[in-house]
Amino acid sequence: MKRTNTFITKKIFLTSFLDSFVKLNPKYMAKNPVMFIVEIGFFITLLLSIIPNLLGGHSNQLYNIAVTLILFITLVFANFSESIAEGRGKAQANSLKKSNTNAKAKRITHNTIEIVDSSDIKKNDIVLVEMGDIIPNDGEIIEGIAMVDESVITGESAPVLKEAKSDFNSVTGGTTVKSDFLKIRITAEKGESFLDKMILLVEGATRQKTPNEIALSVLLITLSIIFIVVVATLYPISHYVGISTITIPTLVALLVCLIPTTIGGLLSAIGISGMDRVTKFNVIALSGKAVEACGDVDTMILDKTGTITFGNRMASEFIPVGDVNAEELIYHSLISSYFDDTPEGKSIVTLASQSIDFSENDIKNIQLEPFSSVTRMSGITTSDGKIIKKGASSNIIQYINALSGTIPQDLLEKVEYVSKQGGTPLVVCAENRILGVIYLKDTVKPGLSERFNRLREIGIKTIMCTGDNPLTAEFVAREAGVDEFVAQCTPQDKIDLIIREQKLGKIVAMTGDGTNDAPALAQANVGIAMNNGTIAAKEAANMIDLDSDPTKILEVVEIGKQLLITRGSLTTFSIANDVAKYFAILPALFTAAIPQMNIFNIMHLHSANTAILSALIFNAIIIPLLIPIAIKGVKYKPMSAEQIFRRNIIIYGLGGIIVPFIGIKIIDILLTLLLHII
Amino acid sequence: MDITSIIITLILVCLLMLPLGKYIANIYTKEKSFVDKIFNPIDRIILKTGKINVSEMTWFTYAISLLITNCIMGVICFIVLLFQGGLGLNPNHFLNINPVLALNIISSFITNTDLQTYSGEATLSNLSQTAVITFFMFTSAASGLCFAAAFMRGLIGKTKTLGNFYVDFVRITTRLLIPLSFIVGIILINQGVIQTFSGNLIATTLVGGKQIIYLGPVASLEVIKNLGTNGGGFFGANAAYPFENPTPISNMIEIILMMLIPSSLIFTFGFMLKKMKQAWIIFFSVMVIFIIFIIACNYFELGNMIGKETRFGTGMSSFFSVVTTVFNTGSANCSLDLLTPLGVLIPLFTMMLSCLFGSDGTGFGNIILYVLLTVFICGLMVGRTPEFLSKKIEAKEMKYIATAILIHPIIILVPTAITLIWPSTMGSSLGGPSYHNFTRIIYEYTSAAANNGSSLSGIDSTNFVNISTAITMFIGRYASIFLLLATAGSLASKQAIPESIGTFKTNTVTFAITLIAIMMIVGALTFVPALLLGPIANHFVL
Repeated sequence: MKRTNTFITKKIFLTSFLDSFVKLNPKYMAKNPVMFIVEIGFFITLLLSIIPNLLGGHSNQLYNIAVTLILFITLVFANFSESIAEGRGKAQANSLKKSNTNAKAKRITHNTIEIVDSSDIKKNDIVLVEMGDIIPNDGEIIEGIAMVDESVITGESAPVLKEAKSDFNSVTGGTTVKSDFLKIRITAEKGESFLDKMILLVEGATRQKTPNEIALSVLLITLSIIFIVVVATLYPISHYVGISTITIPTLVALLVCLIPTTIGGLLSAIGISGMDRVTKFNVIALSGKAVEACGDVDTMILDKTGTITFGNRMASEFIPVGDVNAEELIYHSLISSYFDDTPEGKSIVTLASQSIDFSENDIKNIQLEPFSSVTRMSGITTSDGKIIKKGASSNIIQYINALSGTIPQDLLEKVEYVSKQGGTPLVVCAENRILGVIYLKDTVKPGLSERFNRLREIGIKTIMCTGDNPLTAEFVAREAGVDEFVAQCTPQDKIDLIIREQKLGKIVAMTGDGTNDAPALAQANVGIAMNNGTIAAKEAANMIDLDSDPTKILEVVEIGKQLLITRGSLTTFSIANDVAKYFAILPALFTAAIPQMNIFNIMHLHSANTAILSALIFNAIIIPLLIPIAIKGVKYKPMSAEQIFRRNIIIYGLGGIIVPFIGIKIIDILLTLLLHII
Repeated sequence: MDITSIIITLILVCLLMLPLGKYIANIYTKEKSFVDKIFNPIDRIILKTGKINVSEMTWFTYAISLLITNCIMGVICFIVLLFQGGLGLNPNHFLNINPVLALNIISSFITNTDLQTYSGEATLSNLSQTAVITFFMFTSAASGLCFAAAFMRGLIGKTKTLGNFYVDFVRITTRLLIPLSFIVGIILINQGVIQTFSGNLIATTLVGGKQIIYLGPVASLEVIKNLGTNGGGFFGANAAYPFENPTPISNMIEIILMMLIPSSLIFTFGFMLKKMKQAWIIFFSVMVIFIIFIIACNYFELGNMIGKETRFGTGMSSFFSVVTTVFNTGSANCSLDLLTPLGVLIPLFTMMLSCLFGSDGTGFGNIILYVLLTVFICGLMVGRTPEFLSKKIEAKEMKYIATAILIHPIIILVPTAITLIWPSTMGSSLGGPSYHNFTRIIYEYTSAAANNGSSLSGIDSTNFVNISTAITMFIGRYASIFLLLATAGSLASKQAIPESIGTFKTNTVTFAITLIAIMMIVGALTFVPALLLGPIANHFVL
């Protein structure tokens, strides 16, 4: 997927702008009760702008029109924030849609191939895809092996290997076969493919309110009802005490200022852009709920291989045994691995070349004997007939015993030393002599231990799962800095581990790719499946990582936290704003009847009308001003909860009280100037 | 002198609240206590003779048991009031009470409000004063404390059930309310509060006129009136009347009695939770507002001796007025109506907030209501969905919490607005529209809604007043008990989430400050327009 990094493009801006007018439809607005109240207020003032004396009293038409206009702008701004958030998703969806065009497909029925429109392909059909063909829909490979270009989904241009009967047997509709051919059984109906679902998800069309959003909406509606009661009863109260100068548009203005329009207008934009930020990381969240749950994660279960370590073992030390000198061991290791294309082999050559030189002659006419899983050894025969072998210690010992060679006394000790360090010992022998041990180390990805520290700072526990023996597991666990590890871990162990943590009330996140990870992915609160994994795994998960990079779970958790922080901060800000608005509007309402009330006009606003309009204008323009924060999220640094809280309560709580005082005053000055000019 | 008395009173309360908090915690948790030897047999006899099912209850069963018990007591006492004329212990031959007033009296005392639209000494027989008024003073306090027991159990959430209402009710009455009332009652009699079942005396004054000297079982009522945060006086003049509150020492004792249980309960919660710091932070938050109110009210009342008793002075009178609203008792030792406009503002504002120490039991519930709200609004800012004491606050709890918060302004502002549209419903004493009369009306409904019971004058005992305040008091009491118990029940049934460094902390000073701010912004700002047009406008025009 193409990554869009600019905040908004001109195109998104334009479509969002138009869209925000379409959304003024009351049917749509009713979904957002806070803004719906504003819309009702708008209709009332609109009516009073046209017929100022409709409800009796001496209503100022110009003032009514001003209030109506500001209310309209407030509504448009709120819709605009949502449209922009959606627009960014839609832009991503459009690039996906391009690959979803109709092409022809080759359907196999009773061993004959017929060419049909790919839209006619149904679930359980068998199709043949050859080099250059686009795979018509999601499916499972039943025959063949091929390279597939998945760049439409992942953005990664290098094709990946797909093979029947392996963990990599699932293909996605819309991707292209780059070599060979595949026979695929289709596993999704038309329109329900992974790509289709992704388009819907990033467009935000299938978005449902998350649990926390629902709870927050309850609060916002309640606050709105309270203020409706306050404003509605203010009318009889003021009439009783003899103040009859308060007009309906002013009461509407007061109501709109007091109800939490800021968070009401931005709430859905925050949710949509939270998912969008995850999408930008090339992770597809199948629901907003999953992103929200990320913020609550207490325990993270990580596979050792692939997530914590690179998964391929690298040579890190040559350990000679008996009376063999180091150089001899290194030389033999080097030439025996020179034509070995495995990552291990290459790493041996790299390490060996650092300490010795060798000539082209040494590697002439070498005969290769590749690794066999039966003998668990690999070897070469040099041009002068010397046989060098590398392999697991038990197999080499067996081999040497068969040749009636001697086993050096310190061999087992050295082998054990390597195992204890979490490494894999590779024993090298030439003819019937054992030369020494190559220490193959499974390297921990750089920077991981700092990231685990960061997680610890925010209270997240990491648990490493590995099939390795406890010795190796412990070593890697210590080096990576995880909090806990499970060695010789079976898929069932993983599920048990998740259940154990969940019984303690913890929210568990995990990543997985294979079919046997599927139950664990389903059990976890946040399950991230790798895109190159099996269909079963992807279906069980609630997020899919398109880059198949398991370490991304760390970022996803931070995005979840950031989403919640943004929502909380803007809610606090919105509620704190009311203090200044009271100080602006209430003196304006009552000063005409009780001149002493002017001492509460601490901002020294010009007149009653400018005070009310300034508060209302501030209320409207704060929405677009906060759109960047809503969409990009509040700055997040890993800190303890207490530190984060103190920081945000000062910025958004205290700031929420102070900012509107300044803002309303500035708007009042500008309004006064404008009035002078007119 | 005044300041010294105030400080001594506050210190005495602070010294008493920790041991009493622990004692109440023992009553709630049934942990072993030194008083078990005396009270266990008594409790057993009561529970056995009543054939009471002592099994654990869900929040719903608990709330229903509380409601039904209150209801039955209400109906019986309603009948007593209706026929008090012929039921004996009526030395002064008072007449039967009309049904509307009886309804108001019942709802007023059963809800711990004690709003009195009548004068006790001229209306109620000794039987009614004892079997209805004093009885309700015990049971309404006990009901409130039962609610607190169940509510705390739910918040702590070790079990999914919230205890047994009847067992709690018996234990609270026998172990706390009766013994404490007895001891303090004797001290008050010693100070000169009267206690007799004889009829009123008629004395001939020095100038030869006749004066009725009202007598009755006052001391027994006086203690529980304050200890149970009830507030309804034996006499219409309440604690300003010398037979209720004769000396500065009795005055101080009565103030301490009002403050005692609500402040102790915060620490009861701390002991039960085994987190005293949490209790101290909650105490600190409400104490800060309380002290600001004491200072403000004292400042506004400086030099205003009108409507005050010379034996108490302005300081102890305004202190009493703040305590009686912060601790939601509603008794008075001076005329609240004659406080300065800004002096009235403080008690009125306190009841509008209704989330400071409050009544026995329900006051604690209201504090926690705002704690939960603060957690919900601000807890998100640490990057986790909000949680309090290891339990998540989700949509379901939020519905209960939000409704509980919504009810208070509605039951104040709506009946006030209706009354203002038809002011004649308040009777003729009120007079024409003025800022002060608006204050009197909104004070009446605020007092009813907060279950306080204090009142400014000028409100007649009309049918409209009696019925509308009765409804307000009922909703104010039982709706919030029901909603808060539902919240607690729902939290109790949730799985606890282990605390980590990433958990939002509610036991820090930052949280306390935030809590105060949320109380002020959400709880108070709502009423600012009304305050401006009531006491503040009145201050400007005076």
